[in-house]
Amino acid sequence: MTITDMPADVPVPRSGEDHGSKLLDVRDLHVEFHTRDGIAKAVNGVNYSVDAGETLAVLGESGSGKSVTAQAIMGILDMPPGRIPQGEIFFRGQDMLKMSAEERRKIRGNKIAMIFQDALSSLNPVLSVGYQLGEMFRVHEGLSRKEAKTKAIELMDRVRIPAAKERVSDYPHQFSGGMRQRIMIAMAMALEPDLIIADEPTTALDVTVQAQVMELLAELQREYHMGLILITHDLGVVADVADKIAVMYAGRIVETAPVHELYKRPAHPYTRGLLDSIPRLDRKGQELYAIKGLPPNLLKIPTGCAFNPRCPKAEDICRTDVPALVPVTEQDGTELPGRGSACHFWKETLHG
Amino acid sequence: MADAEKNEKAMEPAADATPNVTEVETVEAATEDAAVAAIEAKVDRGEPILQVRNLVKHFPLTQGILIKRQIGAVKAVDGISFDLYQGETLGIVGESGCGKSTVAKLLMTLETATAGEVFYKGQDITRLSGRALRAVRRNIQMVFQDPYTSLNPRMTVGDIIGEPFEIHPEVAPKGDRRRKVQDLLDVVGLNPEYINRYPHQFSGGQRQRIGIARGLALNPEIIICDEPVSALDVSVQAQVINLMEGLQDEFNLSYIFIAHDLSIVRHISDRVGVMYLGKMAEIGSDTEIYDHPTHPYTQALLSAVPVPDPESREGRERIILTGDVPSPANPPSGCRFRTRCWKAQDKCAKEIPLLAIPERFAGTDSPAAHESACHFAEEKDVVHA
Ligand SMILES: Nc1ncnc2c1ncn2[C@@H]1O[C@H](COP(=O)(O)OP(=O)(O)OP(=O)(O)O)[C@@H](O)[C@H]1O
Ligand SMILES: Nc1ncnc2c1ncn2[C@@H]1O[C@H](COP(=O)(O)OP(=O)(O)O)[C@@H](O)[C@H]1O
Ligand code: SF4
Ligand code: SF4
Ligand SMILES: [Mg+2]
Ligand SMILES: [Mg+2]
Repeated sequence: MTITDMPADVPVPRSGEDHGSKLLDVRDLHVEFHTRDGIAKAVNGVNYSVDAGETLAVLGESGSGKSVTAQAIMGILDMPPGRIPQGEIFFRGQDMLKMSAEERRKIRGNKIAMIFQDALSSLNPVLSVGYQLGEMFRVHEGLSRKEAKTKAIELMDRVRIPAAKERVSDYPHQFSGGMRQRIMIAMAMALEPDLIIADEPTTALDVTVQAQVMELLAELQREYHMGLILITHDLGVVADVADKIAVMYAGRIVETAPVHELYKRPAHPYTRGLLDSIPRLDRKGQELYAIKGLPPNLLKIPTGCAFNPRCPKAEDICRTDVPALVPVTEQDGTELPGRGSACHFWKETLHG
Repeated sequence: MADAEKNEKAMEPAADATPNVTEVETVEAATEDAAVAAIEAKVDRGEPILQVRNLVKHFPLTQGILIKRQIGAVKAVDGISFDLYQGETLGIVGESGCGKSTVAKLLMTLETATAGEVFYKGQDITRLSGRALRAVRRNIQMVFQDPYTSLNPRMTVGDIIGEPFEIHPEVAPKGDRRRKVQDLLDVVGLNPEYINRYPHQFSGGQRQRIGIARGLALNPEIIICDEPVSALDVSVQAQVINLMEGLQDEFNLSYIFIAHDLSIVRHISDRVGVMYLGKMAEIGSDTEIYDHPTHPYTQALLSAVPVPDPESREGRERIILTGDVPSPANPPSGCRFRTRCWKAQDKCAKEIPLLAIPERFAGTDSPAAHESACHFAEEKDVVHA
């Protein structure tokens, strides 16, 4: 595929950029599910990329397609009912969707690892934690049982599980939620991958434990210079660790921005609505702003801009034309690197 | 069974009683009629409506299949006292497993207290029975966390909201019920024509509205909300919070609002209690707790809350606690927070800190003069940069 074929809504193209230089580059990805009630369009043209050493946060409400995109990258989508009618997923310049199953398998596990939200259900309850950690080394690196166990203890130490040596033979249910999530992180780290995708890694955890786990992830990421994709529905959780953020709505990226700028000056009405509806910790507010209505049914996504039935700024054009994700600029035309919005009225939203 | 429970109650030591909470004005009711009358009496706005004193709930830990031996107890709630004033919202925050839901169930008389009292308008509800207990149960209602599982999937919305009328038929005579249910749907912002639909036909936010309508059906005075918006999306959370605030004014309700999201709790609460491992660590007005916390756990909890605003984040101190919450079956001696507290000293292992206004702030009009269960309570602002 050549650059000229690129769809209209590639995010913020910068001159001289090509997907070869990116660690991961997702282009115009579509995923649909064929269900009894019809075709559910879960992902409708997602574009995002992440470099080595960079953290991308993907923010969106439940059902917006965050996990399905991640599953497509990992190659663990249920197919059928899932189908990828369109799109590319470049890993170090190679489209994984065009690779043989064998090639993909090598990348997955070795080069890309995933951390899931629910650590308890992603660990096998009848095998000891040490055995499950060691398995990575036995299968991928052919280590002996004993060597693998030593490695497992090392990893548990790395993610700061107290008394790792004594606890290596314990079973998942004997660990607290925070520790289980740290074990999942250890497992993802085992083979020192280039990219980690963490799908709501702290959503099930308490705030004090959440802070520990996020700090651990950020530290490991720096140390190993990995790319990190952090999927979340809570902007606060990722604000400290992410470099840039992509906001998803109804299977599309509606806004991209460096983390700090997104909060200060959103360029999409959906992002603005989300930010306004979060109460503040440091002062007592008035009545909360509430985005009216509900997220769309993926079987019949509204025509034009998918957000139009809920949007306070919607005009006729919003009901007919899909807004492309375009670079946004200052009022005087100065570039805002890394910023993009998929709204016909981004100017009014950003500057108004 | 009942005897055993009474015994347990009598044996419970009153060591961690909370001395400074106001005396409860109990209402002597010699007859059931007198008790019912006391329960139906009106309470003025700002007066205490619910007073909890040294409330304890221990779940026995047993071993053995045929012959069960008690080998210990999960101390889910271990001596908690607080007041709820008419018309206010009392927020209760704390990490998973600290006993919030157990407190809720005790107030709802869904669980039997191991020790302690819960006075509703001066009547100890842990000792009531018969008509008086029914009257209390009608006046204290609950809204649950999970809008997906708390509604019976085989019942229509009309049946779900109207179900409380089956138990308390005096509130709505049979012929009147359908209209009442439709009114309730309208009150919570749902189309009254949805009365014959089933729960699966609604979104999470709409289901939570159904749960709220059901909670309102019997015109209660108190609604206990256990994580009412935790399962909802951000954009829908705000809708439900606004609805609850509106209903509070409209129906003159008092709320106990349990949640782990500290920003939402600040938004909705007049006063806030912070729980740790079955005890109340600190309690005060929303400004006292959020802007002038004196208990190290409250400070750590608040500092760990992720805030999206880069400006309010910068320069904010982050206290990252080490370790996990200890097991409630085997809590640390002395102060329960000491295994994770950066200020802990010998005294903390030996003496249980009482929930009281710290001595050096007592009598001052400092915002630090609110109840805090720490030997070394001092102010530390962790929320503002
Ligand atoms: N029926 C029971 N039998 C035994 N232990 C119980 C029972 N119910 C609760 N517990 C224990 O009591 C403690 C407090 O539980 P509770 O449900 O009140 O916590 P919570 O503060 O509501 O937590 P969360 O935030 O996770 O809802 C926990 O350790 C829990 O495991
Ligand atoms: N195996 C599947 N079959 C049918 N629909 C699915 C499947 N997996 C996900 N979906 C649908 O795709 C949409 C996006 O899901 P997901 O990516 O999991 O959302 P989230 O943004 O919350 O992670 C949802 O409507 C979900 O129900
Ligand atoms: S394109 Fe129109 S409907 Fe969509 S977000 Fe922008 S203003 Fe709103
Ligand atoms: S009593 Fe001691 S251990 Fe407990 S919170 Fe205060 S300083 Fe920390
Ligand atoms: Mg998901
Ligand atoms: Mg609970």
